[in-house]
Amino acid sequence: MAIFRAMIARKFSSATVRSLRVCVVGSGPAGFYTAEKMLKAHEGAEVDIIDRLPTPFGLVRSGVAPDHPETKIVTNQFSRVARNERCSFFGNVTLGSSISLYELRQIYNVVVLAYGAESDRVLGIPGEELNGVHSAREFVWWYNGHPDFSKLTPDLKSTDTAIVLGQGNVALDVARILLKPPTELAVTDIASHALAALKTSSIRKVYLVGRRGPVQAACTAKELREILAIKDLYVNIKETDLLTTSEEEEEMKNNRIRRRVFELLSKASSSAAPHPSSGQRELHFTFFRKPDKFLESDDRSGHVAGLQFEKTTLQGRDGSGNQIAAGTGQHEDLKCGLVLKSIGYTSIPVEDLPFNFPKGTVPNTEGRVLSSDFAKPDYGLYVCGWLKRGPTGIIATNLYDAEETVASISEDLEKGKLTSASIKPGREGLLQLLERRKVQVVTFSDWEKIDSEEKRLGSLKGKPREKLTTWKDLLEVTTK
Amino acid sequence: MLKVVWSLSGNTMFTCKTLQLGPQAIKGLSKVSRILKSTSPALITPRKSYVQNFCLPGRERFSTTATDNAEGGNEENQNISVTFVDKDGEEKKIKVPIGMSMLEAAHENDIELEGACEGSLACSTCHVIVMDVEHYNKLEDPTDEENDMLDLAFGLTETSRLGCQVIARPELDGLRLAIPAATRNFAVDGYKPKPH
Repeated sequence: MAIFRAMIARKFSSATVRSLRVCVVGSGPAGFYTAEKMLKAHEGAEVDIIDRLPTPFGLVRSGVAPDHPETKIVTNQFSRVARNERCSFFGNVTLGSSISLYELRQIYNVVVLAYGAESDRVLGIPGEELNGVHSAREFVWWYNGHPDFSKLTPDLKSTDTAIVLGQGNVALDVARILLKPPTELAVTDIASHALAALKTSSIRKVYLVGRRGPVQAACTAKELREILAIKDLYVNIKETDLLTTSEEEEEMKNNRIRRRVFELLSKASSSAAPHPSSGQRELHFTFFRKPDKFLESDDRSGHVAGLQFEKTTLQGRDGSGNQIAAGTGQHEDLKCGLVLKSIGYTSIPVEDLPFNFPKGTVPNTEGRVLSSDFAKPDYGLYVCGWLKRGPTGIIATNLYDAEETVASISEDLEKGKLTSASIKPGREGLLQLLERRKVQVVTFSDWEKIDSEEKRLGSLKGKPREKLTTWKDLLEVTTK
Repeated sequence: MLKVVWSLSGNTMFTCKTLQLGPQAIKGLSKVSRILKSTSPALITPRKSYVQNFCLPGRERFSTTATDNAEGGNEENQNISVTFVDKDGEEKKIKVPIGMSMLEAAHENDIELEGACEGSLACSTCHVIVMDVEHYNKLEDPTDEENDMLDLAFGLTETSRLGCQVIARPELDGLRLAIPAATRNFAVDGYKPKPH
């Protein structure tokens, strides 16, 4: 295949000896920061980034909200990494089906798993499987045009109320997308199927429900400020929920993030109108409520009609010093027709990879994957990003995470810990294997065709891009 | 220093690939300004200015005007001296034109300061620590938007600012900026910043 021949030609014409073959699995921030730092730290390193999607950048493309374009600017930096002569991007290559972890480790000296967390934590309460109950991850992927969820078709027309479980930034994102006037979303890169659904949405009330109080809310100031600023939005925060203990006051003195979030919530509560005016959209911050079960609709069998909550109070702290919500035995129901669970992501294990199921991460020490039996590093295999630390943090968190993982790799190389330091086939080996398996590899310049086409389609509609949202469309463009 | 405000309208195709405009780019811009002068003189207004971030993501048309620094004048008064101290303690002293941000100045001088969002107040990666309190106090207070990003900065201190928001002014001559070291504890949840 043409790509393969071009790669071979490039290799033999290069003056540098490419002695270190690295494969990074996952092309989100963790993957790209790892690749960038590896290239910088090792002149002889050649890094291949693989991703199961034909499009790179992970959650920067599929997670960051459409009305946050500045947060996506980092893809410029990632693109520069991908265009580096010693780096290649190969999309539409899935770990576990296109190629196994075992095979990757035969082909590369170093494998870094940075494939994130593509599944959800579950509540494990009755009714979770009812129609109308979605994870926020699915909903976000739907409005961001992820090819796996373009057919989600959430029902936004048969209810006026949505409940979001969780109060982190993802919860605020989905609430904001549901409440923002669709005309404002029309000039973003939101998927057109989502824009169409939001234009005819009947949802006017959104509850953001947390098990604990405003001092424990996981969102940050920017996102909170933004949602509170939505034009003509009625915001409801109970004053009694804002009463704090002296311990919490002390905690906020030492925690800038929490303090500023609390100040924003207090201000919103005190300046809120006593009642919403007719036709006004509503946002309710509901604290101290733990979901007990989903309630099924009487009219629509199999469809959610609300949630039963148990009221909570803060009692004691867990091992990490976080406040715990304890049930009080009192219950309260909230009616709705749509539930979005925003309670956290979890990673998906693959064959031959040790996995910590309760945490949803790969056991590791400073990024070195630990072998299952003796908890010793399985040298040559590393992790970075959410797969390593769990699904928390911001894009920049991966900067420091990648630094740690790359430092571990460098140290292991220096100390001769990589037993298979022999010459590995690397890129050529990968492409040969994928060609035998008839995998349609998407290179970075193929992605650039998708990118141009999306921008072209977007310019016809006054959008920065019009995303291609099916596997078929994405792969077709790359063949032109 | 050229203040370059871009004005490319009509059918000119120009994709903004990077914010970082080094000396080469400035030369290129002068070239463009000459072309613009010959084709659309109405777009040019002679006035002093400085390179700024004009690239908004997703926008392919944007307008600015390329100008020359018609006033000339003493080069010394146009620059201040700034010293960057990296996480290993190595110092680099550079000249920064009045009006340029510290992020841009760092990139023009190959100083390793991250700038993920390229100066659009959507990240905290250009976080710098102002080493002298007198200089810190001379800076204008951070806006809510900058403070929101500083909330998330790693290794935040009492004299921390975002490099893209610190603009060179004469009274900041001799500014010393430290680039924070990556901390071991980089979980946003586990981070315990100093009281503010």
